[in-house]
Amino acid sequence: MFSADQRCWFVRKVIFWRAVASIAWSVLLLPPTTALYVVLSRFSLFHPLQWLTECLTVLTSASAIFSFILLCGVVLLVGFFNLEYYSVVPSIACSKIALLGHVLHPRQFFHSLVHCIMGVVVAWCCAVTIGGRYQALGYPCMKDESGPQMCLNENHLVLLLAGAFVGYSHSLLGLVHNMNYISFHTVQQYKYLCFKGTLPLVMRASAVQALYSLRNFLALYFFMGYVPRAWVCRTLDLQVDSSVYSLDCVSGLLDLSLLYQLWISASFLLFTWYITVLLFRIFVTEAYSFPVQPTFQEDAHQCLPEVITGKQPTILKFLALQDLARLSNHCPSRRQEVFSLSQPGGHPLTWTAVNRECLSLLSDLTERLVSHHDNVASNGRTKLQSIGSDKKTSSESSGSSVGLEDIRTPWPSTVLRTPGSVFLRSSVGAGPGGLGTPLTAPFTPDLDSPFTSPALRLLTAPPGPLSPGYSSIQSPHIMRRGPKLWSASPDSQLNGSPPASPASSPAQLERKPSFLVTFLQNRKYQVKQFLAKRVVIMYLFYKLPEASSQALFADSQAHIWALEGLSHLVAASYSEDQYGVVQTTLPSILSAMLMLQEAVDRHFKLPHASSKPGRSSFSMGDSSYKTLRFALRATLKTSIYRITATFGEHLNAVQMSSEHRKRLQNFLEYKE
Amino acid sequence: MMCSLALFPPPLPGDGETSHYYSKDEFTTDPSVWFEESHALNLYFPRESLKPHSRPESSSKAAFRDHCETLYTRSAGAWRDAGLSGLLNEIANSSAEVPKWLGVSSRCVLALLQWVSSFHGSLFPHLTLSSEEMTAEFSQVLDWSDCAVRGFAWHPHTQKCAVALLDDSIKIYNPKSSTSPTLKHRLQRSVAALQWKPLCASDLAVACHNCLLVWHVDPTSLSTRYTHTHTHTHTQPHSPQVLPQRFHCSPSRRPSSGCAQVLSHPGHSPVTSVAWSPSGSLLVSASPRDTAMLVWDVAVESCVPLHRVGGGGVTHISWSPDGSRLMAATPSSLFRVWETRMWTCERWPSLKGRCQSGCWSPDGSRLLFTVQGETVIYALTFTDTPGLPLGMSGGPKAATVVADLSETSLDTPDGDTMVGGEIQSLAWDPRGERLAVLLKGDAGAGRPAMIAVFKTQINPAFKLLPCGFVQGEPGTEPRLMQFNPNFRHGAQLTVCWSNGKITHVAFYFMSARVPQPGVGGSPPLPISQGRPADYVNQTLYTELIS
Repeated sequence: MFSADQRCWFVRKVIFWRAVASIAWSVLLLPPTTALYVVLSRFSLFHPLQWLTECLTVLTSASAIFSFILLCGVVLLVGFFNLEYYSVVPSIACSKIALLGHVLHPRQFFHSLVHCIMGVVVAWCCAVTIGGRYQALGYPCMKDESGPQMCLNENHLVLLLAGAFVGYSHSLLGLVHNMNYISFHTVQQYKYLCFKGTLPLVMRASAVQALYSLRNFLALYFFMGYVPRAWVCRTLDLQVDSSVYSLDCVSGLLDLSLLYQLWISASFLLFTWYITVLLFRIFVTEAYSFPVQPTFQEDAHQCLPEVITGKQPTILKFLALQDLARLSNHCPSRRQEVFSLSQPGGHPLTWTAVNRECLSLLSDLTERLVSHHDNVASNGRTKLQSIGSDKKTSSESSGSSVGLEDIRTPWPSTVLRTPGSVFLRSSVGAGPGGLGTPLTAPFTPDLDSPFTSPALRLLTAPPGPLSPGYSSIQSPHIMRRGPKLWSASPDSQLNGSPPASPASSPAQLERKPSFLVTFLQNRKYQVKQFLAKRVVIMYLFYKLPEASSQALFADSQAHIWALEGLSHLVAASYSEDQYGVVQTTLPSILSAMLMLQEAVDRHFKLPHASSKPGRSSFSMGDSSYKTLRFALRATLKTSIYRITATFGEHLNAVQMSSEHRKRLQNFLEYKE
Repeated sequence: MMCSLALFPPPLPGDGETSHYYSKDEFTTDPSVWFEESHALNLYFPRESLKPHSRPESSSKAAFRDHCETLYTRSAGAWRDAGLSGLLNEIANSSAEVPKWLGVSSRCVLALLQWVSSFHGSLFPHLTLSSEEMTAEFSQVLDWSDCAVRGFAWHPHTQKCAVALLDDSIKIYNPKSSTSPTLKHRLQRSVAALQWKPLCASDLAVACHNCLLVWHVDPTSLSTRYTHTHTHTHTQPHSPQVLPQRFHCSPSRRPSSGCAQVLSHPGHSPVTSVAWSPSGSLLVSASPRDTAMLVWDVAVESCVPLHRVGGGGVTHISWSPDGSRLMAATPSSLFRVWETRMWTCERWPSLKGRCQSGCWSPDGSRLLFTVQGETVIYALTFTDTPGLPLGMSGGPKAATVVADLSETSLDTPDGDTMVGGEIQSLAWDPRGERLAVLLKGDAGAGRPAMIAVFKTQINPAFKLLPCGFVQGEPGTEPRLMQFNPNFRHGAQLTVCWSNGKITHVAFYFMSARVPQPGVGGSPPLPISQGRPADYVNQTLYTELIS
């Protein structure tokens, strides 16, 4: 109840107004954009005077004003969709089937449909503005036998269809490229400067994207153009003028003027929408300064320590962490408030809350990485023992159980919807498919529950039979995890997936699989074998490389801020912390960071984890989530160094395990 | 009151006792390293052993580029290297292979471009320079194009340094390891600057001809020898000593991505300056051709260009040690001071010339800068009031002249020596006690390039006192200098000389931050100065405390 109240507070008072402001600005920017469009669309090189006067008359005509109102409506709607569909954590599809699931989701379908219609509306406005032969859908023509009739104006139709196509592809590409994902920039700038700096990129992106969309549209129209034409003619009772060439042939489509108008219109459409997206992003990601300590008791839920611990909505948590990172770096006075003691009682409540939340974020990530690594490593082991084609088949089976679950749509106001966080929950609660299988599967589809347990059991065994990656790890937390995994394995047994028979691990000897279980297992295996031979299915379920890594680190911006905030606060505490509130927590902070460091190091040894994605240019989709893991790794290292550089030899007095001390010594000697 | 060179103790004649002592026998002709008891790295890179890459850019590039390649490959390469004009040039030059209309039209467009750029160049004369000339012009190194050592960087936290050489290789020296890895990369050409990443053990940013390189030099693998994985498509023969020591990253750490990150941005070439934020999170790079300064998030390999109108480019950047401000000099008579919270900037126009160099006091409150064509040092004071939006607060209203380094003749036993003149670069030691000024000198007028050292005091009032001159062996000139941030007993100035030697000049003093009765607190030690005792009590520039 309380958290709901809080969410209402922030979304109602801040996010909503930011969205409104961004939409208002995009509406305000519409007149100049439209004017520019009119000027460009009526461009004629040889009659400059006529061109300019025509533009003026068009801009002041009633139809232009009507279409302008329509455009405003479209922009409002686009802005509304931005607000409704945005997310600060990207949804990463780990296989083609998951992507397909995203596309076919009703919510996305609705999005695409509305964008399609809006595309038609914008295209109609464009057609009205261009005038001439694009003006209307029908025109009077003389048919030989029955006098004047209305004929279909195919130019107009092509323009409308192009609008619909561009609108749909905008929605689709937005999904594929995560256009609804909002990333926070490391370089904070004022909104105007940020907008000014990005504007050329947006222009270029819309022009280029319009070209690509147009190419696809023309190809489509070339082959399928007769379908909508016939349909329109039938429903509107229009005739096809046989004296005019139809446009779905090479000569018809090679009309330069038509191509130019189509391109300009598509660019205009995309530009207005992109501007709306851009402004929304800029406004929403603007830093928000939360009070560290409440002035009045009733504002207590609005101040940083409260906000930072909440889970809902994600944007609030992100902004709070961003604010923490900024205050720890830039504002000595606000840092003082964090280090201060509560007035009655003298407890460092603020610091405790902040510290606890940051540490739990870090340990969450550590846990996530460790279990991912365990799964991958155990899988690699079973692969060695089982038949070669098993990799694909197991991916298939787990994928199919997951394909529908994996259609996660980015509702803005729900829990952190990363696979990892869900995965954590399921690994704790041992969800229906056994040890977290349903949710790990999308990013490690070559994992199958039957194969999980024996190899995981090996973790508790001496390091001899382990894969080489493990031999170096003597970290206590791995050992700690062992029993938990062990206890989770009976669940998978209950679900009818016993350890695979080919596995010859010592654990096998302990249990005799029952007949029924073996039978089911064999059936399943046969089905997999059958499906694996189908190319389409393999294509659909093929795990996209690096996607698992990306998915693991999808919300790592939060961790990055937590690390920055913590390390800056700890470093500042060396000189600013009067009561020594930070000192008591230093061991736990250091060990959390070192454990995370170890987990991250191990993760980067996995295949695909350290391969960088190619840089995509001129696209509105923000692809920064693809490289978040690198940013996290760098920030983590810098954070540990920040603490060691500040405290230096004093750290030798801090209590910690010898393992961690050895690691820390490396940092103190600048050898990491 | 202002400090001037006339108040300096005259430089000692001959082999500079003022600078350092060493026996000539210790220098061999090989590039070699040895460690003194003060773990300093004295290095020697004879000019003759380094083969410069004699490439008057386009022509040599054409020579390297195999003409058997198809036109398409060549055009793509030209587009990558030199953008549109390079592409047009390539097409126009290969008239035999392209259709006639394409050749003619590209020639026309090229002529048009050149005409426009010549117009642009009349506004910003530096744009007419070639890339190499531009780097030489704006580099902090004196006479960059002919200097054996083109860059030097101390690691901010450990005793480790990187040296960029004339042959476009970078060597890394660490007293604790007996081998020195050599970094070479196909794109590592005409290195203008290099800097180690703060709060990191291994990352080194290098400003190259048309990109930035960030090397990850694995510190644990320094003791072993590696071969660099990148193949050199058209490199020159290396000196034989270098060959076995080529470097690559240990496969366990960076399995596939290679150990050098290449950061490039269209239009951002040549990169002449590079600066890490003191918190290690951001990297800023500048190019005199690009009006935007790029702020890189290196791990993500993304950059934010910060455009501002005016100036025509950015030549030199320097972060304040506390990370709150950033100075950016432009090729015209204008420089900017950015605050790094919201990235707004103050303009400092109407200088007499372009800002040549600048350095920050350790607490980030004071910026000293020099202007080309003038022989004085200016100071700007920033009083920061936290909380207020920066850019509004604490900015100084005017720059004050704190030192006058115009030509003076000083009495030496050999007769009068002329010292002074224009200033090439400034360096302030990390404790804020010594300021080194590299004077350009003028060979024609009999003024050698020289380093003048001031004692400085920042709190409670800013003071500048003369300290002495640093000279090398006879006939050598200083080219480049940097203070060692890890010298515990005072300040240590590392100087790269024109003959390829790198030496370290130590200034021993007790830091004034340690409570110490008495003024100065810097007992002169025999190595550092000839006879500074007479001048200790002279305060030459004292700021009035209002």
